[in-house]
Amino acid sequence: MSLTFALRGLSANKLRSSLTMLGILIGVAAVILLVAVGNGSAKAISDRIEALGTNTITVMSAGRTGSALTTETAGALADPVLAPDVRSVSPVVSASATVTYEGADHEVSSFVGTTPGWFAASNTPVGRGAAFTTDDEAQGRRVVVLGPTVAEELFPGADPIDQQVTVGGALFTVIGVLAGKSSTGFQDANDTAVAPLTAVRQVLTGYGSLNSILVEASSPAQVDAVQSQVSTILGLSLDETQYRIQNASQLLETQTETADTFTTLLGAVAAISLLVGGIGITNIMLVTVTERTREIGIRKALGAPRRVILTQFMIEATLLSVLGGLLGVAAALIGSSFEIVGVRPVIVPSSVGLALGVSIAIGLFFGGLPAARAARLRPIDALRYE
Amino acid sequence: MRRPVLDVRDLTKTYGEGEATVHALRGVSMTVERGDYVAIMGSSGSGKSTLMNILGALDVPTTGTYLLDGVDVSDLADRQLALARNRLIGFIFQAFNLIPRMSAAGNVELPLAYAGIKPDERRRRARAALDVVGLAERARHEPNQLSGGQQQRVAVARALVTEPALLLADEPTGNLDTRSTEDVLDVFDQLSAAGRTIVIITHEPEVGARAKRLIRLVDGRIVHDVRQRP
Ligand SMILES: Nc1ncnc2c1ncn2[C@@H]1O[C@H](COP(=O)(O)OP(=O)(O)OP(=O)(O)O)[C@@H](O)[C@H]1O
Ligand SMILES: [Mg+2]
Repeated sequence: MSLTFALRGLSANKLRSSLTMLGILIGVAAVILLVAVGNGSAKAISDRIEALGTNTITVMSAGRTGSALTTETAGALADPVLAPDVRSVSPVVSASATVTYEGADHEVSSFVGTTPGWFAASNTPVGRGAAFTTDDEAQGRRVVVLGPTVAEELFPGADPIDQQVTVGGALFTVIGVLAGKSSTGFQDANDTAVAPLTAVRQVLTGYGSLNSILVEASSPAQVDAVQSQVSTILGLSLDETQYRIQNASQLLETQTETADTFTTLLGAVAAISLLVGGIGITNIMLVTVTERTREIGIRKALGAPRRVILTQFMIEATLLSVLGGLLGVAAALIGSSFEIVGVRPVIVPSSVGLALGVSIAIGLFFGGLPAARAARLRPIDALRYE
Repeated sequence: MRRPVLDVRDLTKTYGEGEATVHALRGVSMTVERGDYVAIMGSSGSGKSTLMNILGALDVPTTGTYLLDGVDVSDLADRQLALARNRLIGFIFQAFNLIPRMSAAGNVELPLAYAGIKPDERRRRARAALDVVGLAERARHEPNQLSGGQQQRVAVARALVTEPALLLADEPTGNLDTRSTEDVLDVFDQLSAAGRTIVIITHEPEVGARAKRLIRLVDGRIVHDVRQRP
């Protein structure tokens, strides 16, 4: 019976009911979404860094006047005595290049020349076909492994393997296609092509310096040791200002810290919005206390026991806050399937529980408390309430 | 001997404290027998509504005792009070006190709902009660869509719908024209003839004249108590 009373009470005050629900909805949705955006961007950053491989370090040139890294530098790093924890060393050159196939052309932003060890070290497996071999590299054979985006652009629906593409005026035979990488960065990680170092230098970049050297440690735990060994060797031939060492796991750590700060910040903003939403709900509920108190006075005068009145108003408050909260969760779930400021939100389950819990508690408390107070009054005092 | 329906002794009621104290009732004693029809008259502010609210178990006196059907009301718990208000008493407020945004029919059905009566039966009886006050075709209207007189008649219907043994009416005809007043008083006469007890507050002498007994209140005291009819 109280349920019918409550439903009637809600439908009799449609505007107030919907405003209350809207307040809760917005509060809940804002909290969940903001936390999801923070979490999503943190995930994006760590995914991106993990994709680089966490047991590698990258030596990059830092000088202003061209790069000081050469193949000799790279060769010196593969020293089992001075650098025992190094598993592989891959010299890397890269340039942007236009790849052409039967009149169709595609601008590859990063056409990489390297040695076969690079595929394993950089965590870039070949999906179809095969990687080139040490022999290909030594002979300077013009073979190429295309990134999925390039393959799709030039050979839509066809098999690119054993076809010949033109790069920088020379013919390259396609021998494989890289496995797709989840593209979390700002650039398309699949828009690439990889060929033997010798061939790329001959055709595209010339025999100048290297862009970077990828050094793989024998295990993730050895990364720091490798870094100091590499520094020692480089110190023999280079000035410290001429190179820079990038350590993926260090990068991951600092970036994750930054992202965590970001999430905390967004969480604080979300908490404030929940608070503001809560104040809104409280306001709507309190504004109607006078009217509701009079109504409770009438109901008591007509013979409603305290318990029946309490139940009615608690059910009203529960329905409003639960419904509003669930709609808020639904809105957040829908919202999270869209990219927000370039970030794909990832919902944190605990934020759903927290937002829902807090808003329901606020709704129940401020909806139920005045009713409980009014139900205790004598009918005549409730009727005179101002 | 039958016990009186209403039995009040030395009722006083004061509002406020110190300088601002108002003595609304200064010692009212009276008994009302079953089936009696009592009219209470008196100037504005003489304490009529105050007395009526206490009789309706909506308010409590400052001192004095009130026996309703032989039971001391101050001994009753919330549940029993609710039961008495619902089953025994029909109360018509001076200020109507209809629930806003609820149709006339909904308002009239409310006491029946609290009495646990089934929806079909509720609708039928609410319609009948509205018919009695001549408002059957306004059943769907909400209070703010009704005139003052119509709201008052809805309030009368709401008090009648449970067929209470005791009807307490605080100026039930204050906003009604002669014709509607006549209609409502006819209903009261019928109820009285059917053996129900009625206490009515009024300013109009012709309304007071229809009652069996007339009480006059001045400054919170009973100054006249005459039987006009057996
Ligand atoms: N809640 C209250 N607080 C303070 N004083 C009150 C309160 N209710 C009534 N009074 C005072 O008590 C006195 C009696 O009031 P009451 O409402 O009983 O008068 P009444 O006889 O019904 O008058 P009317 O004919 O105008 O309805 C008045 O002086 C009034 O000002
Ligand atoms: Mg009055």
